[in-house]
Amino acid sequence: MILILLILIPLLSGILSFAVKGEGAKALALISSMLTLAVSAYVSGANYTAPIAYSHDWIHVLGSQFSLMGDGMSSMLCLLTGIVVLVVMIVNVNKDVEKPGAFYGFLLLSQAGLMGVFLAYDALVFYMFWELALIPVYFLCSKWGGEKRIPVTFKFFIYTFVGSLMMLAGLIYLSMQTQGMSSYSWNDIVRAGSSLSPDKQVWLFCLIFIAFAIKMPIFPFHTWQPDIYEQSPTPVTIILSALMVKMGLFAILRWLLPVLPAGVAYWSDTVVILSVIGIVYASCIAIVQTDLKRLVAYSSIAHMGLMCAVAFGHSNVGMHGVMVQMFNHGINITGMWLMVSMIENRWGTRDMTKLGGMATAAPQMAIALVIISLANIALPLTNGFIGEFMLYNGLFNGSGILIMAVAGLGIILGAVYTLNMIQKAAYGQVTAMAIKKDLSMNEYLGVGIIIILILFLGVYPKPLLDLTAGIASMIVR
Amino acid sequence: MKAIIATTIFGIIMMFTGIWVSNKKTLATLAVLLFAILTGVSIWDLVTTPANAPQLLFSNMLRMEHYSLWFNTLMTAVTFLYALLMGKEIQKVGAHVAEYFALIFFILCGAYILSSYNNMLMLFIGIEILSIPQYILAGSDKRNLKSSEASLKYFLMGAFSTGILLMGITLLYGAARTFNIMEMVSVLHSDSLDPLALAGILFIMIALSFKVSAAPMHMWTPDVYDGSPTPFTAFMATVVKAVAFFAFLRLFQVSFNSLSSHWTIVLAVITAATLLVGNVTAVFQQSVKRMLAYSSIAQAGFMLFAVLAVNMWAWQGIIIYAVAYSVATIGIFSVLVKLKDYTYDGFNGLAQKEPLLAFVTTIFLFSLAGIPLTGGFMAKYYVLLAVVQQGQLMWLVIFALLMAAISVYYYFRVIIAMYFKPGNPELNNPVTPGDKLMLIITCIIVILLGIFPQLLINNI
Repeated sequence: MILILLILIPLLSGILSFAVKGEGAKALALISSMLTLAVSAYVSGANYTAPIAYSHDWIHVLGSQFSLMGDGMSSMLCLLTGIVVLVVMIVNVNKDVEKPGAFYGFLLLSQAGLMGVFLAYDALVFYMFWELALIPVYFLCSKWGGEKRIPVTFKFFIYTFVGSLMMLAGLIYLSMQTQGMSSYSWNDIVRAGSSLSPDKQVWLFCLIFIAFAIKMPIFPFHTWQPDIYEQSPTPVTIILSALMVKMGLFAILRWLLPVLPAGVAYWSDTVVILSVIGIVYASCIAIVQTDLKRLVAYSSIAHMGLMCAVAFGHSNVGMHGVMVQMFNHGINITGMWLMVSMIENRWGTRDMTKLGGMATAAPQMAIALVIISLANIALPLTNGFIGEFMLYNGLFNGSGILIMAVAGLGIILGAVYTLNMIQKAAYGQVTAMAIKKDLSMNEYLGVGIIIILILFLGVYPKPLLDLTAGIASMIVR
Repeated sequence: MKAIIATTIFGIIMMFTGIWVSNKKTLATLAVLLFAILTGVSIWDLVTTPANAPQLLFSNMLRMEHYSLWFNTLMTAVTFLYALLMGKEIQKVGAHVAEYFALIFFILCGAYILSSYNNMLMLFIGIEILSIPQYILAGSDKRNLKSSEASLKYFLMGAFSTGILLMGITLLYGAARTFNIMEMVSVLHSDSLDPLALAGILFIMIALSFKVSAAPMHMWTPDVYDGSPTPFTAFMATVVKAVAFFAFLRLFQVSFNSLSSHWTIVLAVITAATLLVGNVTAVFQQSVKRMLAYSSIAQAGFMLFAVLAVNMWAWQGIIIYAVAYSVATIGIFSVLVKLKDYTYDGFNGLAQKEPLLAFVTTIFLFSLAGIPLTGGFMAKYYVLLAVVQQGQLMWLVIFALLMAAISVYYYFRVIIAMYFKPGNPELNNPVTPGDKLMLIITCIIVILLGIFPQLLINNI
């Protein structure tokens, strides 16, 4: 029952928010996201004893149940969603948006969709929430985004919608293969999928994987991403890059790897190679970017590529690393976007060539930027390190030294563009700021949460590792 | 049975009331009242018929199963909703308001026959009763040349297709020596099929494809839907089309099910062509009304899935599809008639001026595009399920899903116009609280169907 709260709180407050005018919407969003975070913390905590599950009869004739499962992986991602949305709300407290009621309403609705995706334990429920998470984002980007927002968002929507529909075909087919009456429950789908003949699994894999590949996105399905990250308002960019891309990876771990083992075995080399190409390709492009948003967008493609490559690598450590890194990447990339938006807010530009001297003009901001950037390139004692270490370890065990070496270029290139960015933005000649101000109180709080998490999990990652250990070994088996 | 009698009597009552009453509003109110009573009568029909004992009427000419009565009830209820949403607009079409409503009652009479015919002759009679009032409705805006063109075009094409239908029935009679669709099953065998019968089946398939506007027999649809007065387009594109599909499915399920190896591939190609033509052409339209005409062709492609599948899911699928599609389309049309300009640009800025209209239109468009939590998603879902269950046509399923993605493009253009483009759309007359209430109810129905589709199919 408590799981349903995770969806209901943001859903209802989101709907309510449309009716609220002005400042009330912000307060409502803030309270709602605090409550959601509290519930998701409770759900995660419960996992150290026993995971919480919930099920209710839904569409009986179809064999679909409204069932939710808060196991280690799900509750970790719900926790991430809770934290990230709360940070977004905190940082936006002193910012004005047009029509705040609708803006925060859509943000909360997308949070509800995300929670649903992470918790769903029934394929049909999963599909519903998968789509529902997308629609609020469509409106957010199209209404509050940058200049080219409408065509860019449209492209994004149609791109992901095509993928979802392919997945739908695959899921329908799988549900038809279940024993007796059709069923969509995770257990039945897994049983039906893994007992299919290998050649069927091979083409079903294509149908289902394409949806997840577009969402993550992995090379060559990534073309929608830099544009939409650039055009979206920052809160939406954060939701997209910290949470929505995790939907793709999460879905692979939950709805693909255990379901179609033979299909995965057939395609895993291809996927690993595509992912590794993506890592190098995105990192190279990131180096030549001068727009901060595009730089972070490409760095995110590189990181997701690494996680995807390891997810297909059949190694226990690697799989564990993927889960831990899902959380860490979510935290770090949120931090990166916060810094980018603060820089844009202070300097009035995101062009790195026009920035400089932050360390002198706004020293606190510069410190935060350095810490978050270093976490993003996985320096030891930051949270990024432990995840990335496990990932490369897994890649070595699962895919061999060659793949690992090529993927390892990602670390080096990542250091190149990140340090370059720090150098250009934080040091050098002080350039004119539009607003001369260091961190404000609420930004302090938001960035503070991120930095505390970075350092805490960098030094003591055990809680996170324990939370996901069981799931990782279960998926690999 | 009671409903057939009731709708005929109500139609005649409407016609005669038109002689003595000239106040349009009174007439419309009377019609809405009669539609409400008719809905009651069909429910009465439904509950008095036991679930497993179909009623045979007119010496086996009609066979009223429980599910066909349920379908009748749903279609009558949708018509009632249509009358509530469109009543005011129908009054504006022309002088003969009483006749318009009378014709709609007669169309329903044809619908009742088509949902329960047991004999090829009743199929023919049903289709004629369904079609002839529509020819008149299409041309009811007499001073408008496009309306007259629509009427004539519809009549000629309709008459042509009826000819083909009769030819098909004749050929089939030659092979099976019976008009009874139940008896036909025992005469026609898949391994030794008379070429006459095969030709008959193909002719009937083509004639029915005309009626449901499946490609390549769809040419009349855009012009007729575009030219007819908008309130009547809404009715033709929804209830009438759904009924034609039900009749189509009934014949192919009951009589030709065992012969499916002979006709499945032909129908699959027709389906693919319908999806392709409908969706791709809709992309290039500038007028929302014409886009909806092509979208109705595209949706017909999905409904054909049910006919292709001929299994238990197909019945459920066609019922959910019929209701979900009809309700959403009637909803969109009822917003469209309120606008002066039917192009996409006419919707610019609607969200600022009339937030509620824009919101409900968005939900209706979501439903047509098949976004989850709306009735349209469940409808698409069921028909896809039916075909996947049947097992042979996975390529068609994937093709249809790609086409569904295209449909998002043209449906979302309306949403983009309403929400993200500046403008000041002109309305024909102010939106009253009554209109708003009806639109909200319609919207709730659409969402409810998306969450609990079993409401429609639990009792069949």
